Amino acid sequence: MSEVASPTGDGSARRRAWALLWHPRGWRAELLVAVLTALLGLGLAVTVRTQSGPSGLALARQDDLVRILADLSTRNQRLQQELTGLQDTAQRLRDDAGGDIALQEARDRAAQLGILAGTLGAQGPGVVVRIADPAGVVRADVLLDAIEELRDAGAEAIDLSGVRVVTSTSLIDRDDGVVVDGHRLAAPYELRAIGDGPTLQKALDIPGGVTDAVTAAGNGAAASISVESRIVITSLHRADAFHYAQPTP
Amino acid sequence: MIAVVALVAGLIAGRFLDLTAPDWLDPYLPIAVVAALDAVFGGLRARLDDVFSDRVFVVSFISNVVVAVLIVFLGDRLGVGSQLSTAVVVVLGIRIFSNAAAIRRRLFGA
Repeated sequence: MSEVASPTGDGSARRRAWALLWHPRGWRAELLVAVLTALLGLGLAVTVRTQSGPSGLALARQDDLVRILADLSTRNQRLQQELTGLQDTAQRLRDDAGGDIALQEARDRAAQLGILAGTLGAQGPGVVVRIADPAGVVRADVLLDAIEELRDAGAEAIDLSGVRVVTSTSLIDRDDGVVVDGHRLAAPYELRAIGDGPTLQKALDIPGGVTDAVTAAGNGAAASISVESRIVITSLHRADAFHYAQPTP
Repeated sequence: MIAVVALVAGLIAGRFLDLTAPDWLDPYLPIAVVAALDAVFGGLRARLDDVFSDRVFVVSFISNVVVAVLIVFLGDRLGVGSQLSTAVVVVLGIRIFSNAAAIRRRLFGA
């Protein structure tokens, strides 16, 4: 690059330069230059049009194309994985939505536990045991024996004179009767138990059993058992919230 | 003067004729155009210095284009095509800038 010292401020030099610019130099030279510059213009226009075309991919070199393709494959793979995961989730949700059986089972189980815990009313066949005790000789231990006997015989829900009997039910002796779960009860007592009636009756009637024990108490105490085809227990036990015990998963 | 007219004519032709470069030329066309631009600026500068020769212009134009395309083609074969094309564009860009500066000095004295 031979840089000629610039004639700054020299008007004649500038005029000479402009003159050189426009001065024709013979048609052959001009023609050659024209052809080449026309080619340049053509190339420029075509390049610009190609670059601003639908995509620059046509102009990309082979290794660029390979890189772009690799990127796209990686992206495709990632999206495919995402799709598979989402499809799995959708399938699971669909299965779950169709799982009315599981829901029904859970409801049944909740009802079962509710009856067992005394938080739900219950109805079904069973026995009604009336214990008459005009002299007040039947104590809490006799009633507890009767309840235990009924449980052993498979009673599923028990009600003692309007008080639901559950696992935590307490029976406390008082002078004039029995306090069951804080409720004062007086004779005559009525035990209503849902279960297989004949089995329950047999369990109470066995020699030395509940009936015998009540009769043995004397003073007019007596137990009568009747098997019923339908007993409705509406008394409920109020379940307290647990403070310490948490269910294990 | 005719050169300017030819350039404009070429631009118009390229713009309005549905010309498409052949596929094998596609990656090299931009480099070729930049190389040709460099040659044209060099020619312009030579003219202003009153040392213009049509023979030199033609040879430099064609050789510029061929060498630039050849370098990039070779780079593609060697796996460094994008880097080499960047190198070519940088070098040609510098030359175009220095030529443009010289032309500016001749024409405007600044």
